Amino acid sequence: MSDWPLWEVFVRAKGGLAHRHVGSVHAPDAELALRHARDTYTRRQEGVSLWVVASAAIIASDPDQSGELFEPAADKVYRHPTFYDIPDVVKHI
Amino acid sequence: MPSLPPIRPEDEAVAEKVRLHGAFDAPAELPHDPARTEYLLRLGDDALILGQRLSEWCGHAPSVEVDLSLANLSLDLIGQATLFLGEAGDADQLAFKRDVLDFRNCWLVEQPNGDFARTMVRHLLFSTWQHLLYQRLSASTDPAIAGIAAKGAKEIAYHRELAAEWVVRLGDGTEESRARTLDGLGWCWRFVPELFEVDEQLADAIARGIAADPREIEPEWRSSIGAVLGEATLEVPADTRPILGGRRGHHSEHLGHLLAIMQYLPRTYPDANW
Amino acid sequence: MYTTELGKQPNVKPIGPAEDPALLEAFEARVAADEFIEPKDWMPEAYRRTLVRQISQHAHSEIVGMLPEGNWITRAPSLRRKQILLAKVQDEAGHGLYLYCAAETLGTSREEMIEALHSGKAKYSTIFNYPTLTWADIAAIGWLVDGAAIMNQVPLQRTSYGPYARAMVRVCKEESFHQRQGYEAMTELANGTAAQKRMAQDAFNRWWWPSLMMFGPPDENSPNTAQSMRWRIKRDTNDELRQKFVDITVPQAEYLGLTVPDSALKWNDDKGGYDFGEVDWDEFYAVVRGEGPVARERMTARREAWEQGAWVREAAAAHEAKRRKRAAA
Repeated sequence: MSDWPLWEVFVRAKGGLAHRHVGSVHAPDAELALRHARDTYTRRQEGVSLWVVASAAIIASDPDQSGELFEPAADKVYRHPTFYDIPDVVKHI
Repeated sequence: MPSLPPIRPEDEAVAEKVRLHGAFDAPAELPHDPARTEYLLRLGDDALILGQRLSEWCGHAPSVEVDLSLANLSLDLIGQATLFLGEAGDADQLAFKRDVLDFRNCWLVEQPNGDFARTMVRHLLFSTWQHLLYQRLSASTDPAIAGIAAKGAKEIAYHRELAAEWVVRLGDGTEESRARTLDGLGWCWRFVPELFEVDEQLADAIARGIAADPREIEPEWRSSIGAVLGEATLEVPADTRPILGGRRGHHSEHLGHLLAIMQYLPRTYPDANW
Repeated sequence: MYTTELGKQPNVKPIGPAEDPALLEAFEARVAADEFIEPKDWMPEAYRRTLVRQISQHAHSEIVGMLPEGNWITRAPSLRRKQILLAKVQDEAGHGLYLYCAAETLGTSREEMIEALHSGKAKYSTIFNYPTLTWADIAAIGWLVDGAAIMNQVPLQRTSYGPYARAMVRVCKEESFHQRQGYEAMTELANGTAAQKRMAQDAFNRWWWPSLMMFGPPDENSPNTAQSMRWRIKRDTNDELRQKFVDITVPQAEYLGLTVPDSALKWNDDKGGYDFGEVDWDEFYAVVRGEGPVARERMTARREAWEQGAWVREAAAAHEAKRRKRAAA
């Protein structure tokens, strides 16, 4: 055993914003992972809240499947408001 | 004029937010008040000497993450020292131009870092004391002391938690870490009584509401330390004969060496500005 | 430079026949279109290896780079300078950490990278194998070494590998104060007492040439530059950056009243830049081989920190294992 496991770090920059991935740290456990995240990624008031997640617990989609995962959404234009024609004289819609 | 990269407005905004008013300004003319000055030196020297000790770790910690943590502790303490000493006089003059007999810190903070276990035990014992003290000091009749202590209490709360987490892990880790933690505890425990000592100077400051009475925080300190050591599966050591004197300038041999290093430049070049 | 190719021979093997030409073509097209490559995307093995080597070398440089400046933290001459220096060296630890993390997304563990450093297999910037003799060295490092580093790192914010680019954005943002504090400290010395002026000029003399070496060997001896530029993991050539550094730094030195230790230095109107003397490349390669004046001290310090920290890392892991066991019981 020479190095600790890896944790992914997410920071909420301020109230109203979602947590955003900023990087990772090594730590022996969840509590110290939070401390390490604080001491590494919020030294300049970058955040008001932190998440750490064991890197091994992240399930990622496979880029090789990006075609089947994401391309089918491309032609579903009816999901977007710009697909619909509304006369200019009609307001607030 | 050379073209250094410009300061960006967002950096300036952050700097403005973190820059405590007056932190690096020349001290204002202060009314002579020996008990107050004495107390400021005790608070300031404790923070300065421990901050200096912790900074020795920089670049040598057990992991990069721990290096960052230790530097944060040190920066908090040197910041507090700057403020306390700045209230007592010219902070740099006080830090760099006094000799051992005029330093007012306790023995605990000047102890060499030893290994990581001793550093963390020392930090647990000291920051628990400092946190309880600063909490009380935020109600000091002296507004400057109250303000610095209130700000510092938030920083030290974090120090206390971090040190406790480490002592628990090291005490209840491997055989080796346990032995090292016990050794560190034995080394540091000798200097506990000095934390709660009240001499004449301090009694005067307590009577005027400037200082907090350390005897009042001792029960809470003992129960808090007992709880952390319990979680670390370690026994609270037996008290030994008090080793005192730091508050009156009588220190261990270690302080002189620390000062020789810390003060080397201002003493070698007394006319220089840096 | 922290990321300069320090090997003399081309060390990127030609693309093997094992790699699917269609995938390769698609990859090259994405990079050429300035798209970012992300960890799980297909990439040529040579790209992956070059990146691991470059990013880990950069990370090692940050971590080893803590030592020469760390040498002066306990002796910083004022409380303000002590805080600035400690915060700066702490930033370097943070930057090393960001970079190790970016490299880890390529499938190499930090531990493997650290072992490569300690065994002497991995390189780091030659600049950190010179000693910091006086306080002025701290000023000179901030001004010159960080100045040179920034010049290299700013374009890397647009490097093709996503995690590396994002790490560099953070690094560049945080480093914006590093060079300024160095120049400010140098200004104080250059305008100070005779002893301080002597210190300032002496430090400038010693750090000038090693700073120019930071940009790496001349372009004609930099065999991997073309490939790295095509892959967008390098965005300017060594000589271009070196020229830029000289042109920017000479007026800064003149403003301080310091003399550039190069008798061949001369403004050239035609090219709109300075002509300057030849860097001692023999010295450069000797330092790359590990013959720098304090290379041995630097590696010893890093190995000791790692080895003496082993029991701490083990203890924390053992405690966590006990806790999990107790929770499961």
